[in-house]
Amino acid sequence: MDLHKLTIHELRELLANKEISVLELTEDVFKRIDDVEDKVKSFLTLTKEQALARAKDIDEKLAKGEKLGALAGIPVGIKDNICTEGVRTTCASKMLANFTPPYNATVMKKLESADAIMVGKTNMDEFAMGSSTENSAFFPTRNPWNLDRVPGGSSGGSAASVASDEVIFALGSDTGGSIRQPAAFCGVVGLKPTYGTVSRYGLIAFASSLDQIGPFTKDVTDCALVMNVITGHDDFDSTSVPMDHPDYTKFLINDIKGMRIGIPKEYFGEGIDPGVEAKIKEAIAKLEELGAIAEECSLPHTEYAMPAYYIIAPAEASSNLARYDGVRYGLRVEAEDVLTMFNRSRAQGFGTEVKRRIMLGTYALSSGYYDAYYLKALKVRNLVKQDFDRAFEKFDCLLTPIAPSVAFEFRSKADPLSMYKQDVCTIPINLAGLPALSLPYGLVDGMPVGLQLIGKPFDEGTLLRVAYTLEQNTDETRLKPVLGGSGR
Amino acid sequence: MSKYEAVIGLEVHVELKTKTKIFCGCPTEFGAEPNTNVCPICLGLPGSTGVLNKKVVEYAIKAGLALNCEIAGYNKFDRKNYYYPDLPKGFQVSQYDYPIAFNGYLDIEVNGETKRIGIERLHIEEDPGKLVHLGETITVAQGSLIDYNRSGMPLVEIVTKPVIHSGEEARVYLEKLKQTLEYTGVSDVKMEQGSLRCDANVSVRPVGSEKLGTKTEIKNLNSFRAVQRAIEYEIARQIDVLEDGEKVIPETRTWDENKGITLSMRNKENPDYRCFTEADLPPLDVSREWVEELRNSLPELPDARKKRLIEVDGLPEYDATVITSTKALADFYDRTVEKYKDAKTVSNWIMGEFSRLLNANNLEVSETKVTPDGLAKLLGLIENGTISGKIAKQVFEEMFSTGDDPAEIVKKKGLVQISDQGQLEGIIAEVIANNPKSVEDYKNGKEKAIGFLVGQVMKATRGKANPGMVNKLLKEKLDQI
Repeated sequence: MDLHKLTIHELRELLANKEISVLELTEDVFKRIDDVEDKVKSFLTLTKEQALARAKDIDEKLAKGEKLGALAGIPVGIKDNICTEGVRTTCASKMLANFTPPYNATVMKKLESADAIMVGKTNMDEFAMGSSTENSAFFPTRNPWNLDRVPGGSSGGSAASVASDEVIFALGSDTGGSIRQPAAFCGVVGLKPTYGTVSRYGLIAFASSLDQIGPFTKDVTDCALVMNVITGHDDFDSTSVPMDHPDYTKFLINDIKGMRIGIPKEYFGEGIDPGVEAKIKEAIAKLEELGAIAEECSLPHTEYAMPAYYIIAPAEASSNLARYDGVRYGLRVEAEDVLTMFNRSRAQGFGTEVKRRIMLGTYALSSGYYDAYYLKALKVRNLVKQDFDRAFEKFDCLLTPIAPSVAFEFRSKADPLSMYKQDVCTIPINLAGLPALSLPYGLVDGMPVGLQLIGKPFDEGTLLRVAYTLEQNTDETRLKPVLGGSGR
Repeated sequence: MSKYEAVIGLEVHVELKTKTKIFCGCPTEFGAEPNTNVCPICLGLPGSTGVLNKKVVEYAIKAGLALNCEIAGYNKFDRKNYYYPDLPKGFQVSQYDYPIAFNGYLDIEVNGETKRIGIERLHIEEDPGKLVHLGETITVAQGSLIDYNRSGMPLVEIVTKPVIHSGEEARVYLEKLKQTLEYTGVSDVKMEQGSLRCDANVSVRPVGSEKLGTKTEIKNLNSFRAVQRAIEYEIARQIDVLEDGEKVIPETRTWDENKGITLSMRNKENPDYRCFTEADLPPLDVSREWVEELRNSLPELPDARKKRLIEVDGLPEYDATVITSTKALADFYDRTVEKYKDAKTVSNWIMGEFSRLLNANNLEVSETKVTPDGLAKLLGLIENGTISGKIAKQVFEEMFSTGDDPAEIVKKKGLVQISDQGQLEGIIAEVIANNPKSVEDYKNGKEKAIGFLVGQVMKATRGKANPGMVNKLLKEKLDQI
């Protein structure tokens, strides 16, 4: 049986009925990795030995009839900006190529106590800065649908590993679209939870006020199952919200009758590929057919979200990345004096895009420019939030495309601005701290299209419900790639 | 009279005495092995975030209240960005535009006059690690080691308004600040352990000028005396520079204790710290109720306490000043007076014997075994004539080292005063018989000779004779001769 093709809930059943062992499943997944990894290149590090040992361990517990966690024996890929004790965590940067954290991120502790099995650390854009995974300091990951195309980014390795069945699910992080856009490009389900839902302790920070960890899964049910494990208040992260989170599987309801869905007009038209727009419109029609009430609405400050984001995120990054100075860990380039050592280590450790953003952010925070850039961007951020607040007075959720186009070819967005525009539909959601789900919906030119469902704060439930209903009533959301293309 | 006026502002960093660090659970103990009290959070490892220690906020509010500050309801934290090897995150978490306490003051006394020193602000921040240079001084060091035990220790920075005008005022302000904070219990305020650190901003201007002169910042001030000396030196230096028709260079200078001079460390090129909100910490609301609760929990502060000792207990001002110099001493006094009402006698003993023994043994009040109860009992024994004042000092020394009850000590050592007239008369007769020369001197008008004879009686009784009675009886006997 091709166990790697299955979902969490399918495998849970097989494991519960003792039809398969965790070891069989884990070995099957590693066989799959052996078969396709040289084409897809999702992983920066594989942890096969630990995974197999853990599989045996869990099998023993199963045999003894011990109570196991909700993700017992399920293989998972972890984005390489999430700290894993004893397993190197590089952020796909030369700066951290030799960094092995002495501690686990809170999500890792949660996955461990849920008895999930980490199979490896997935590739990404360096320090999560990028939308194609081309900014990895090590190698690019390829899109399983067409190896000549990017998997999206920055969590490209996580998305590609799930799409190509190298793992059953994966975790990524999303600062401006880094879960949702690669999920859309690779045809899997991705969720960026509400800011504060998942602990950021152990997530190597890019922009602290925007970063959020979330799941990549093969279907909506799996998304709810993973959310049940990774959410929750954390005493180590003061931005994690002290509230009880629901059982997300309760929202897996095949019924959206009467649900009011807003279609913000600013997310359509100019800049959006007509094929993508047509697919999204199809999805809207399908939702209406299923009883939802879709209506156009307006988020008037949308066009200012991207410029505000490219002040706020780099400003925070310039400070968050200041700790990489060669003193305590990471790359150190020796020099005669300490200042030169700092400078050389950072010059050699960081890639072009990271340096660009550090410079942008440093500039925006400098005295004399602070008010004109950073402070103004914060004001815009507030306006963007208020747009959403107003829309949610009327709607249960909003629906937009995830990205302006399907996955593009390598090196086709060499100019940074055209790459930044990839995130035009996803950035406003991070600025507002809202939850948003990326759901595959059909193909254009043989590549998956993603639709974005945006929810009220902490209302991931509605997003799961809408996505689940669509999933139950069309074939457009279940897509399997063929691993075609030259892969050059 | 100088034609220049000095303008001085002090920036004081005070380490708060919380059990754990500001954003993590690492202990704050002083003197641990380097780099043992550390974790991913205070090492600023990639991915770490932290949670603000509530005690830090509580202590900062208490300190602010003790310094007569207003307390901010809305608080936020900021990042101060700069590169230094002891700063593990490349930024220091501090409060930039919303300090937790502001607009306070301390009254000091200089040359018999009371002067109010305005306090601009008090804000919370984290301490960086500590660099240990391998060499005599930083300039000739061959290398440096970093101890991150100090990283993430909670601090408050207390900034005065530029209203101090001499090195002496600066020192007296610091002493008052230390005293006040010691009373609140929020810090050890020990300069020698680095829990109180002071930088001084010094400038001079022609008398009558409104405009501030160019200032220098003086660092490496390791004692209150150093603060005063360094400021005095720096004022004189700046006046010399101006008198020579040159300009004071805005710079950071270091105090060389041995040479007694300040030296240029680096030009102050106004570093841009790019302060902005620390997104890892949500804004903090401090409720009025909490502030009032903390205000009510503050002990009586030095000024109020001194006033009470003068006005209620009737102590001379000098006594009240000495007794209230530390909270521990003042508490000892108050608790003794509760049991033994003669305040002046208690004060004499605390300023005298008690302080002498503390100094001689280099102990803090809290480290001694003698209790206020014990001292009160001892004074009672003197009052009721059981022992003499002289014997009492001997008993007190014993109490100081053992903590034993004074009555027990007196009993055990047989120190009860001899007040039996018949017994004393016998001893006096013997002394008179054995010292005819002194008796003759006395008879010839040498009044002082009686002192020797009293001494002989005391010697014979090993100090236990009631001195008043001995004096009286001896005189009577001699006059009869």
